[in-house]
Amino acid sequence: MSAEKTVTPKLVVRDLNFYYGAERALKDINLTITEKMVTAFIGPSGCGKSTMLRTFNRMYELYPKQKATGEVLLDGENILDKKQDLNTLRAKIGMVFQKPTPFPMSIYDNIAFGAKLYENLSRHDMDERVEWALRKAALWTEAKDKLKQSGTGLSGGQQQRLCIARAIAVKPQILLLDEPTSALDPISTAHIEKLIDELKAEFTIIIVTHNMQQAARVSDYTAYMYLGDLIEFGDTSTVFTNPKRKETEDYITGRFG
Amino acid sequence: MPTFLREVHMKRHNLLDIVFRNITRLSAFTVLVLLVAIMVSLIIGSLPSIKAFGFRFLTSAEWNPVTEEFGALVPIVGTLVTSAIALLISIPVSFGIALFLTELSPRWLRRPLGIAIELLAGIPSIIYGMWGLFVFAPLFAEYVQPWLIEKLGPLPIFGPLFQGIPMGIGVLTAGIILAVMVIPFIASVMRDVFEVVPTLLKESAYGLGATTWEVMWHIVLPYTKIGVAGGIMLGLGRALGETMAVTFVIGNAHELSASLLMPGNSISSALANEFNEAVGKLYTSALIELGLILFLITFIVLSLARYMLYMLTKREGSTT
Amino acid sequence: MLTLYARRRLINAIGLGISALAMLFGLLWLGWILWTLLANGLPQLSMAVLTQMTPPPNSAGGLLNAIAGSLMMTFLAALIGTPIGILAGTYLAEFGQRGWLAPTTRFINDVLLSAPSIVIGLFIYEMYVIKIGHFSGWAGALALSILVIPIVIRTTENMLRLVPNTLREAAAALGAPQWKVINLVTLRAARAGIITGVLLAVARISGETAPLLFTSLNNQFWSSDLNQPMANLPVVIFQFAMSPYQDWQSLAWAGALLITFSVLSLNIMARVLFRQKSTTY
Repeated sequence: MSAEKTVTPKLVVRDLNFYYGAERALKDINLTITEKMVTAFIGPSGCGKSTMLRTFNRMYELYPKQKATGEVLLDGENILDKKQDLNTLRAKIGMVFQKPTPFPMSIYDNIAFGAKLYENLSRHDMDERVEWALRKAALWTEAKDKLKQSGTGLSGGQQQRLCIARAIAVKPQILLLDEPTSALDPISTAHIEKLIDELKAEFTIIIVTHNMQQAARVSDYTAYMYLGDLIEFGDTSTVFTNPKRKETEDYITGRFG
Repeated sequence: MPTFLREVHMKRHNLLDIVFRNITRLSAFTVLVLLVAIMVSLIIGSLPSIKAFGFRFLTSAEWNPVTEEFGALVPIVGTLVTSAIALLISIPVSFGIALFLTELSPRWLRRPLGIAIELLAGIPSIIYGMWGLFVFAPLFAEYVQPWLIEKLGPLPIFGPLFQGIPMGIGVLTAGIILAVMVIPFIASVMRDVFEVVPTLLKESAYGLGATTWEVMWHIVLPYTKIGVAGGIMLGLGRALGETMAVTFVIGNAHELSASLLMPGNSISSALANEFNEAVGKLYTSALIELGLILFLITFIVLSLARYMLYMLTKREGSTT
Repeated sequence: MLTLYARRRLINAIGLGISALAMLFGLLWLGWILWTLLANGLPQLSMAVLTQMTPPPNSAGGLLNAIAGSLMMTFLAALIGTPIGILAGTYLAEFGQRGWLAPTTRFINDVLLSAPSIVIGLFIYEMYVIKIGHFSGWAGALALSILVIPIVIRTTENMLRLVPNTLREAAAALGAPQWKVINLVTLRAARAGIITGVLLAVARISGETAPLLFTSLNNQFWSSDLNQPMANLPVVIFQFAMSPYQDWQSLAWAGALLITFSVLSLNIMARVLFRQKSTTY
């Protein structure tokens, strides 16, 4: 499935450690994330997979006493560097959360919010950008007549697609998805999974999921984590059909977790 | 998008971030400046009086604008006694109200009743004063005070507290009006802290066959005692500083009297009545020193109250 | 001799009965005070109250200048106090995780929230009235604004804390700088609650008498000059109620009715607007 694409490393993680105060939540992680592929992180809760995601856009900086050491290289540049500007980093690496987080404003403004931050778009260009993002997120047909209505009025699944549209409207290079479907019904989940498949033509996608079948369905690479350790990382098909480690096998066959 | 544009945006955003953070920080700092400014201005204003009377100011009951001899004992005692009466009445009543609101009231009645109690807190204090003077005091003088004088006056020890003539106004009346004013404050804190008691804890007591009263008395109250004490201190802080309600009914007499039925004075009503008419530096300064004393007492009481309430939330935070 | 269980039930019944009585006791006072106001104030209410100036003793008049003065000073106080309160509350909620300033401010603010208002009046007298040499509307507005600030800080912080962190993260994840996250997303999400806080603050100050006694004092005539002593309802009610003149006392009751019902309706409005439990203390 990934054979016909050229494989370019996008994000290289080297000796990454993460601390919540004195508690070490990630332990010497090393891995490489490939451009325009979907990489999934799986593992039982508390294994560090969400923490991992939050180091990639340094979301943890919002809270005191959380820190990461090691290197995360985005196109060769260490984003954990002190000199790295957080806002521009986050404009390059978009994120969608577990629960939909529409802002208390109209659908249009929700999407324009991020796009306005770093680009001076004309009214017309902004309209186009909003439409582009909504189409990409497969929400255009449902939302085009109520762009001025509040984003909080949409259904859960629509809200989540709105959040995806909002994230891609900034035109990031990487999209982080933190259990994007765990709060959604099966139909909305199917929508989003289809979307992920389409979006990987343009974006590098990293997804954290509880749901192993989902990882198997949508990802090209899978990382299995346990208690802050990266246990196994490789081709999704290999990890699921022929895991090298026994812990991984136990987890994916449901004997554990 | 061209990278230089991003650079421009980034610089502007970072600058605005710093500006915004510092504006909010400055506003927060204003609060501290206010406190310090209040303290300092009151101290400076009191200096002439502090120099003239020194420590004697606190112990002397003399208050004579003509000879410019001032002592704060009468208003200080008046403030403390009225507040004590207020607490004596309001603590049990507030506990009853909080118990009713958290455990007894049918669910649909809780909100309207809660609002009613909060409205009691919303009535301006001047209204309490008017009502106390024109409605409560006459009734009190006619029906209650004669009875108190007759039945309690002759008693040993307590007797002197209830001797005199039924005038309606006086220290006891002021204390009762204050009690009604602080009930909503204490009751709403009690209700709030009772609600932090984990349901599981209450249910396990009910599960053993305890009655509502027993759950309240043996489980909820011990669990929340710091918060309840904090709420009481908060009510005390309010009662100490309350001005208008007391000014109307306390009688404004600079005399120390054993009887609660006699007129007295409190710090805040001495200020309200005399400050604008005070002539001479020393008179004004003595009144400002009264204000300083009031501010210090309430500051200590309210700090204790807040400390106790913080302790409760902290413990609650660590156990959940 | 009662069995143990019967005795426990009896104690329970007595305790709960007393609790219900306490509730009734509280409601009784509320009802009694409101009834007194209606009975004494309603007959005095007339168009004259709203259209004429405060009269000299023993003649008819109204409360127009006092009402106007109160409205002006309350409005100004809210105008001064609200921005400072919202900004400081924002600091406490959004930037307050580190350092000493936030916890200290929070503590001091909570103390100021219940500080005796008459002392605030003294403070403005010392700081402002003495300096300019006379009582003034500005001084009154300043004193009231000091009462507004702690209330607005408290509610702003509380309301911002109710905004889920995921909303902040979502905005930050788009690369939004913090000032935009706060101004466009967090504060907006907490808007209803913050407006409630401002309304409650306005309700609180519109009935305050003590801080105005030494600041704006009173003015028997119409004055919209904020540099002059300014009439206001609470002080007029105080002076008129304590006076021996029948006309003045009647006007005091009319004023008392007006002020109480405006304050209570503001309170109710605030609570309806934001159906979350709000702090009264």
